[in-house]
Amino acid sequence: MSETAEGTRTVVVERTFAHSPQKLWRALTESSLVGQWLMKNDFEPAVGHKFQFRADPVPNWNGVIDCEVLVVDPLKQLSYSWGAFGLGTVVLFTLTPAEGGTHLRMEQSGFGANQDAAFKGATYGWQKFLGNLDAVIAELD
Amino acid sequence: MVCFVKTANANPVFRALADPTRRAIFEELTRQGEQTVHALTRYAGVSQPAVSKHLTVLKRARLVRHRREGRETHYRARPDALAPVVDWLNLYGAFWRERFDQLEAVLERMD
Repeated sequence: MSETAEGTRTVVVERTFAHSPQKLWRALTESSLVGQWLMKNDFEPAVGHKFQFRADPVPNWNGVIDCEVLVVDPLKQLSYSWGAFGLGTVVLFTLTPAEGGTHLRMEQSGFGANQDAAFKGATYGWQKFLGNLDAVIAELD
Repeated sequence: MVCFVKTANANPVFRALADPTRRAIFEELTRQGEQTVHALTRYAGVSQPAVSKHLTVLKRARLVRHRREGRETHYRARPDALAPVVDWLNLYGAFWRERFDQLEAVLERMD
């Protein structure tokens, strides 16, 4: 199993909403609106802003997701880091005008990639572990 | 989120692998094949009782199996037990699809 395995796992969810990019952008960047569809938060659309999403705590998890705003490109792209369970990932929203509305693509990546300094706290990170997961699973065959 | 977190926490495999040392031990076993507790202790850089404790947790999650040979206990990985972790990652997709449904509802409410 290679130490440099680049088995990045990415989750992509896409949908076309029958609403303008302006409206969708507001729903993605106004804290109170984000709280209505995603989670309670102290988000601000400013690169470098550190914030948290807060879900109801459950046993073994305090319900906090630590984030930092990475990209704010109005009406086009929004990205923030997403740290939960010691697993650092990056969420990227891309808006594209579409017929009758706006296409929204959510890509969450980094399940297997090395992350920047913000996630280097753990001596042995989930990133590396999950990056090697593909190889481990492949060995089953 | 709540649903997916509960699923994650209900999973002994996820709990067992939530600890960095246990992840390291488990992956060392997948890399090197069968190892004695002594070898794993050298690798992990923690005390042997600590390693034994970690191995017990991994064993309960069915991530490793062991056999005794003389005075040594040998451990090996059972990578097939990782399947629930893969499922857990897949749940992230379900999480976002559900949130998109709620986003749709929010957009409808906005003027």
